[in-house]
Amino acid sequence: MTSPLTRPRRKNPVLRTRLPNLPPGGRSRVALGLTAAAALGRFELQCCRDCGKVQYPPSEACQVCLSERLQWREQSGAGELLAVTELAHSNDLFFRERLPWRLGMVRLDCAVTVVAHLHGDCAAAGARVRVEAVLDRSGQGVLIAMPDKETAHMADDPQLREFTCDPKYRKVLVTDGRTAVGQAIVHSLIRAGADLIWVGQSEPWKQFPGIEALRTLPQVSLVPLDLSDSEAVSELCAEIGGRVDIVINNAELHRPFGIAARAGIEAARAEMDINYFGLLRLAQGLGPALRARGADGQSSAVAWVNLLSIYALSNYPPHGTFSASKAAALSLAQCLRAEMRPAGVRVINVFPGPIDDEWNQTVLPPKVSAAALATAITRALQQGIEDVFPGDVAQEWLARWRDNPKALERELAG
Amino acid sequence: MSTTLLQLVSELASGAIRVIDLTQTLSPDFPQIALPPEMGQCWPFRIEEISHYDERGPAWYWNNFSCGEHTGTHFDAPAHWVSGRDLPNNTTDTIPVGDLIGPACVIDCSAQAAADADYLLDVATIERWEAVHGRIPPRAWLLMRTDWSKRTDPVAYQNYDETGQHTPGPNAEAVRFLIDERQVIGFGSESIGTDAGQAHYQRPPYPCHYYMHGSGRYGLQCLSNLDLLPPTGAVLICPPLKIRKGSGSPLRVLALVGA
Ligand SMILES: [Zn+2]
Repeated sequence: MTSPLTRPRRKNPVLRTRLPNLPPGGRSRVALGLTAAAALGRFELQCCRDCGKVQYPPSEACQVCLSERLQWREQSGAGELLAVTELAHSNDLFFRERLPWRLGMVRLDCAVTVVAHLHGDCAAAGARVRVEAVLDRSGQGVLIAMPDKETAHMADDPQLREFTCDPKYRKVLVTDGRTAVGQAIVHSLIRAGADLIWVGQSEPWKQFPGIEALRTLPQVSLVPLDLSDSEAVSELCAEIGGRVDIVINNAELHRPFGIAARAGIEAARAEMDINYFGLLRLAQGLGPALRARGADGQSSAVAWVNLLSIYALSNYPPHGTFSASKAAALSLAQCLRAEMRPAGVRVINVFPGPIDDEWNQTVLPPKVSAAALATAITRALQQGIEDVFPGDVAQEWLARWRDNPKALERELAG
Repeated sequence: MSTTLLQLVSELASGAIRVIDLTQTLSPDFPQIALPPEMGQCWPFRIEEISHYDERGPAWYWNNFSCGEHTGTHFDAPAHWVSGRDLPNNTTDTIPVGDLIGPACVIDCSAQAAADADYLLDVATIERWEAVHGRIPPRAWLLMRTDWSKRTDPVAYQNYDETGQHTPGPNAEAVRFLIDERQVIGFGSESIGTDAGQAHYQRPPYPCHYYMHGSGRYGLQCLSNLDLLPPTGAVLICPPLKIRKGSGSPLRVLALVGA
């Protein structure tokens, strides 16, 4: 049985903060197929289009018929635990610090045998398990065998927590509390057990509904934060940077225009100033502090969440300048991901379809509600997912984009 | 050199004439005017470091800043309002520079503004002031002291509720009176506009902007230290930046005050 996580004790300030070590990060290009699926929270294996064989580990050709016509397909992960082994020694720095470490050999129902990290609640050999693909601190897809039925405090398993970014007992910065989405994120984090939530508030003289109610929540501390103001961003980052474990950058500016529908560049510039430069300012301010705390005990710095948009993948012309700003933010988020990787801090990009807010008032449903978006963000942290596509529109656009980005571009052009 | 100018500089040097700064500091912390979000917005003041004796410039410190023409303590030219759009010399680069130094009359409305954030200055109040301090001379600035600049908390300074901003200003009749009967050169206020916060609902909307600029007069807003000025006798120096076709500009406003 997993022992429930307890609030970590205050750390001893005379001891050196441990530096992050990463598990082995090298992969062949073909093996990155597992990573690509794990980034979305999916477990996929190569499947031969000619003989139907599912195979692991990934390789260039089918192990049975040598066909190169291989396709990554989602797997249920159901299987039987064949053998368990406990690693008592490792020369790898990451595992050396986390010994003992349990591994298991699992026979999947699709007739493939895999070696997987093992959740502590997986019983002895012979037990039914469910194998999942998750990202490790190197950002690479690995397999973990989970008990096939939910167990108590399952998320608190120490080995599982090496792959997730659970907000429980962690301290979170939510950059904008003025919106329904920001407020829903705060409530979702509280339900997930976050210890302390700093909530950014820009232009405090503007009376936005709901933000004052946040002030009454014991976990919440409202802080002045306007991502367009470099000085204010640096000041807040200096003040709280050493304590933030999770950043959720939900501040965004959205004006629904293309090129021709709005004269001048002021609205578009304002979007870039928050959506792109705001992320850059925040990343310069908080990135170094988070990187320094990637292995700082149970409540280490662990994740950075960006609220992007499905329009970041392909421009939606009626909201063309907003799309462009989110595409810029996506590109910068990839840079941030690369720069946070050495510390094992995960950068999670969230690509919702149209959010049900005033700027999408004239967009037809389905639209993502603030609560659904917040739940998706919290779940991504709890499950360690890197790219999140909440809502039907986002899922559908993602499928179309993965299938044929040019076709999607043409379809969106109307 | 004229003896008047010589006397001026010598009295400035001796302190017999004091220089008072009526300007708010330009900083990101000072709030900017806010319009409904679907409208175009005036930039707040922002500043980005170019270098600070570091690898970006080893021996020097400097910044880039950005702001709107109507950010911080600023000057409104007649072209700012639609009513002044077709007047000659109506922009910051063409207004006669002689207009930028002139006498100031200060009407103390601080008690009224403290009692009522939506206070509107009316003609009767101006006439009562004149009964004590004398008639407002032609080509003078009329400065409305409200002590609003002492509200250093931006929330109190902006004073928004769900019906919008609540700050004092003049009523339409007072504006017409100042233009038609007293030939003022402009109107100055301590709050974020020369008009009251709820001036959208006045008739006409924004009467101070509408009539002053329509008559080729100027505006100064976000002034401070008006409580340090005498009711009459101060001289205002308020040249805006020479922006081509500028509708206004942030500026340093100085007042000369005799002993
Ligand atoms: Zn095959």
